[in-house]
Amino acid sequence: MSSIGTGYDLSVTTFSPDGRVFQIEYAAKAVDNSGTVIGIKCKDGIVMGVEKLIASKMMLPGSNRRIHSVHRHSGMAVAGLAADGRQIVTRAKSEATNYESVYGEPIPVKELAQRVASYVHLCTLYWWLRPFGCGVILGGYDRDGPQLYMIEPSGISYRYFGAAIGKGRQAAKT
Amino acid sequence: MDLKMEDFNAPHSMGTTIIGVTYNGGVVLGADSRTSTGVYVANRASDKITQLTDNVYLCRSGSAADSQTVSDYVRYFLHQHTDFTYRIQLGQPATVKVAANLVRLLSYNNKNFLQTGMIVGGWDKYEGGKIYGVPLGGTIIEQPFAIGGSGSSYLYGFFDQAWKEGMTKEEAEQLVVKAVSLAIARDGASGGVVRTVTINSEGVSRKFYPGDTLPLWHEELEPQNSLLDMMNVASPEPMNM
Repeated sequence: MSSIGTGYDLSVTTFSPDGRVFQIEYAAKAVDNSGTVIGIKCKDGIVMGVEKLIASKMMLPGSNRRIHSVHRHSGMAVAGLAADGRQIVTRAKSEATNYESVYGEPIPVKELAQRVASYVHLCTLYWWLRPFGCGVILGGYDRDGPQLYMIEPSGISYRYFGAAIGKGRQAAKT
Repeated sequence: MDLKMEDFNAPHSMGTTIIGVTYNGGVVLGADSRTSTGVYVANRASDKITQLTDNVYLCRSGSAADSQTVSDYVRYFLHQHTDFTYRIQLGQPATVKVAANLVRLLSYNNKNFLQTGMIVGGWDKYEGGKIYGVPLGGTIIEQPFAIGGSGSSYLYGFFDQAWKEGMTKEEAEQLVVKAVSLAIARDGASGGVVRTVTINSEGVSRKFYPGDTLPLWHEELEPQNSLLDMMNVASPEPMNM
């Protein structure tokens, strides 16, 4: 379903006549074309997996990490533009440590997801910023047990039992 | 004793005795009710146990102004946090630990300006009843029981002897009332009535113990309605004993 914006897709601050923001949809395409990332919530924890894309035989295995730990009990797997992903992970880490230093308890996963989603959404509001070209699967364990969230480039975040993003997501979901 | 004019302009201090005690299922907070400016008792029925949230209360001691301001700020921050983070999203009140942490951040970061020692106590569904002491300087310490204020000096030995783990609600309330009344008897800066607040899974209950219901200590007299009762009522000259 390739739709051409013809003029309404030049800026993230422009709506099309049928109410879409094309730039955000294009950002989502960047995620769809990248390596698959899967997350599953289990009774006693979260499991996340990423498809390892080996760009060249000269690359050291173990570099190009796409799963990052955010705090003692939360982690994030990134699909899409890797550099954008690094930015989101850094932000999530600082939100988590800041929350703990103010409130004295580890950040609840729901709150962390909310903060990351707000940050991603922020970059869809200004013409001088571009949306993040990556989707994130955030998993964590807090007082209410294990929880899994997915945050898309549009800034939407939902809670899931199982989630997949990237090239192989349709196959993963069946 | 000469009452100097400076005493009336002295900052309101709460001399005070404050106590927080955990029991099997919740906490009991207790305090006296005297607020003094120098030797003048500005308020003999003050309420030193203030509410931070539905399930967390704070005992205040030291400077009345400082402790009121800290509690107002913490209540505000907690409502911001609870209503935006917990209640709207998770639908539940904040924990005692979070409330206590906010109190100690204010206390520590403004230690050069504040002079107030506080006891944070409450009940939440994750940890049950908890007491956190936040004395001068802004340290935070979780304790099975905590005492504070000028009257607490007289209670250290008392608690060493009378405190035990796993008390019932009634035992804990009796212990708190006994302790506050002992401190009132011995400390000139504590007095008035005893107020207690009991917090558990069922909610919060406030109690009030006027002077004549408090246990008497060594050499204390029975309370009288009037000194005239001590004398011969038939006598026309009251001073003629």
